[in-house]
Amino acid sequence: MTTPSQFQPTARRHAWRKFTSGAMAGLMLVCAVAVMAPIFLVLFFLVREGASSLDWSFFTQLPKPSGELGGGMANAIVGTFTLLAMAAAIGVPVGVMGGVYLAEYGSDRANSWIRFTADVLNGVPSIVWGMVVYGLLVVPFKTFSAYAGGVALGFMMIPLVMRTTEEVLVLVPQGYREAALALGIPRWKTITVIVVRTALKGIVTGILIAMARVAGETAPLLFTALGNNFWSHRLSEPISALPLQIFTYATSAYDDWHRQAWAGALVLMGMILSLNILVRVLSRDRSFK
Amino acid sequence: MADLSQAKPVVTRPVASAPPMAPRTPAAIAKEPMEVAFDISGFSLWYGANQALFDVGIQIPARAVTAIIGPSGCGKSTFLRALNRMHELTPGTRIAGRLRLFGEDLYAAAVDPAVVRRRVGMVFQKSNPFPTMSIAENVLVGLRLNGVNDRALLRQRLEESLRMAALWDEVKDILGRPGSSLSGGQQQRLCIARALAVQPEVLLMDEPCSALDPLATAKIEELINDLRASFTVIIVTHNMQQAARVSNRTAFFYLGRLVEYDETSTIFMNPSNPQTEAYVAGRFG
Amino acid sequence: MAAPSVSTSPHSAIRSTLPAGVRWPDISFRWLALLAAVTILVLIALVGWELYQGSRLAIGHFGPRFLVNSTWNPVTDEYGAWPFIFGTLVSSLIALVIAVPLGVATALYLTELAPVRLRQPVVMIVEMLAAVPSVIFGLWGIFVLIPWLRDHLFVWLKETLGFLPLFRGTIYGVSMLAAGIIVAIMILPIITSVSREILRSVPNLQREAAYALGATHWEVMRIAVLSYARRGLFGAAVLGLGRALGETMAVTMVIGNRPDISASLFAPGYTLASVIANEFTEATTDLYLSSLFELGLVLVAVTIVVNVVAQLMLRSLAGSGTGKVR
Ligand SMILES: Nc1ncnc2c1ncn2[C@@H]1O[C@H](COP(=O)(O)OP(=O)(O)OP(=O)(O)O)[C@@H](O)[C@H]1O
Ligand SMILES: [Mg+2]
Repeated sequence: MTTPSQFQPTARRHAWRKFTSGAMAGLMLVCAVAVMAPIFLVLFFLVREGASSLDWSFFTQLPKPSGELGGGMANAIVGTFTLLAMAAAIGVPVGVMGGVYLAEYGSDRANSWIRFTADVLNGVPSIVWGMVVYGLLVVPFKTFSAYAGGVALGFMMIPLVMRTTEEVLVLVPQGYREAALALGIPRWKTITVIVVRTALKGIVTGILIAMARVAGETAPLLFTALGNNFWSHRLSEPISALPLQIFTYATSAYDDWHRQAWAGALVLMGMILSLNILVRVLSRDRSFK
Repeated sequence: MADLSQAKPVVTRPVASAPPMAPRTPAAIAKEPMEVAFDISGFSLWYGANQALFDVGIQIPARAVTAIIGPSGCGKSTFLRALNRMHELTPGTRIAGRLRLFGEDLYAAAVDPAVVRRRVGMVFQKSNPFPTMSIAENVLVGLRLNGVNDRALLRQRLEESLRMAALWDEVKDILGRPGSSLSGGQQQRLCIARALAVQPEVLLMDEPCSALDPLATAKIEELINDLRASFTVIIVTHNMQQAARVSNRTAFFYLGRLVEYDETSTIFMNPSNPQTEAYVAGRFG
Repeated sequence: MAAPSVSTSPHSAIRSTLPAGVRWPDISFRWLALLAAVTILVLIALVGWELYQGSRLAIGHFGPRFLVNSTWNPVTDEYGAWPFIFGTLVSSLIALVIAVPLGVATALYLTELAPVRLRQPVVMIVEMLAAVPSVIFGLWGIFVLIPWLRDHLFVWLKETLGFLPLFRGTIYGVSMLAAGIIVAIMILPIITSVSREILRSVPNLQREAAYALGATHWEVMRIAVLSYARRGLFGAAVLGLGRALGETMAVTMVIGNRPDISASLFAPGYTLASVIANEFTEATTDLYLSSLFELGLVLVAVTIVVNVVAQLMLRSLAGSGTGKVR
């Protein structure tokens, strides 16, 4: 039995609890909105500032000497693609083969160490890769070079690609491996033609994610690729890249360079978002059946 | 329910039983000498510290169907997979004993397991056509990846294998479709065609019908009956009637041991071991 | 074509069409794969070796005093790491203080409150943030965030919280606080997504048990979900810290790059990563370059320890069946 005197405080308390619950829910919604806000703010200003600065000469011309108006980032755009190609040439084969090893061969114990190390490497600050490759390639060859930049980005890609490759390979049902081996197909062909082929979409997705990640990296290029205001004719010369050029221009004292930094940022962001959209399209159906 | 007396007389090709089994000799056997496919003795297998097979000795006839029966976990699959060295995919397995196929030691140091598996094909419980390949590619993948590129030969094998698997008429117009677009029973026959395409000498089947409906099962059984003429077939089954219908000889395993091995009709109607009798009867009861 | 032919023995047929097994491709493929996997170990050894080689001179010259010395003077060739360690820690802590509550709240919203239709889009938007390169955050920081902070937020903070030493002093715009805010934005995606995976792995039984006691929505989250997931969320925060410590470009562009130690968050600062980024190619003496290498060594040692701790926390969680976390 509840008498009114007992009932009322409980009711008030109940109302208070309900109010708290609602208030916290509202607070969480606010937090979620706050977390989503920056990307819109960044994209908004990128488009507003960048689009008005994009013109034909941006894609076709070399940078002008400091203080002069005009010029473009043609060499930086080409440089970014060059560096990405070199990074992929290192990161993809090593990463994919390593992922194959982790998923298909090896003992659990040793593999878990390699996996752990790869995760730790993924957390190494990107600027450190620049220093490491500086010591490895720039000092011995006495020159900053596109090679050094490509190697730095390639090193960063290896653990990324390795982990995603392994993750999708272990999802391939064991039955396919057994069926192929039972046909007398050698192990390596079973892996390359059946297993990797079955998981190919996932592997390509992982590669694209890794490329999108390193495409925007600046820090590892600062003391490897260095940057270049002209075309690089050889890979053993310093080379420009969009992120490097954006950094230089953004921190300069010239309005026209600021304008071009925004334009470069818009182009870079466009490239990275396209890669990400490609990933979404590819991974839409991840099923193996 | 079918009862044993209705089981077809399945011994179409006379085989002789081998020692140490008590020889029960139909008149025909004396005339035709038996060709032994697998000659196995003292065969044991361990998963790590656990022994799964104990001292198995058996002689499996060529060009006949041998059924392997026994309760769940008794080592049927383990035994079957040891016949083409598939068990080596499980880390930590170890074997002892002698296992010969047509006189050749399959476990000799110089023998490549891939070559063993080309000679001894396998069909699995769950049909598993390769998802990225068409029907035709599925059938031919074993040949292609083993280095056969002759187009005419591939075409010929494609049709041959699909015909042998009784699938040709159903798929001849849709060879380019994905293998996974077929029905469950068709997929299983596709897997059989895929295994037959490399022209194995032996076909191992691990409960090939357990995921299929009765109609699809009947088709596969019919197909096994046809394969008898040119292949050595070894089939694991939980279905006693199926064993009785399709096999010439039956081996009963229990707790990792071969308990009894004889003509199928004997195993089902007049087993000499009480465990066999209990198992066979229990299933029918 | 004809029905199966039995005329030729399959035994001989197979021999005629299939080449015998060659094992060397199999063996070399395996070795190649092993080589690739071992590259990971080579890489981490390479990181340690190169940084150690580079910093040997400074280590020998300054000894452990390097870590606590707060002078950084290329003119007198005297170098100490303390201002940068301080700046790195402070900016990362500011980032955590901002990003962890926001990230966890968003993760809670996503797993417990948001309408199902809304979840995927919100996750996608948060993940897009992770795709933005550091240098673009820096650019945006310089030209959008800093002016706003300088003219609005910082002024307001100084007026309302100016009694704290943290919010006193001249407002330049570029500052420790600006760096902390921009790093917070950059680590929000990882904190949010890891927290979300942790919260999703909380068994529904937990929630139902709390509901059965008559708990309100918030009480269920607090009692059943948050307390259950506490350790995992801590792991998420540590992972975020690991990222924050190594952030380079955006920080370099907004922190002001002055090796001062100040109580005020409005004052410019410097971090390990940003001093390396700024001065590495300008290092005029061997000792200068070597000192920068030693800063890199310190940075890598700290981030590796933090990352290992985070991995262990999240992994032991996954091992105890609480859910799988990358
Ligand atoms: N990969 C493995 N690792 C360890 N033990 C195993 C493995 N596979 C099978 N075993 C063990 O070996 C024994 C035989 O298993 P097997 O799979 O051969 O039985 P089965 O007769 O095929 O059973 P079922 O009728 O259920 O298919 C079982 O005790 C099983 O636990
Ligand atoms: Mg079995």
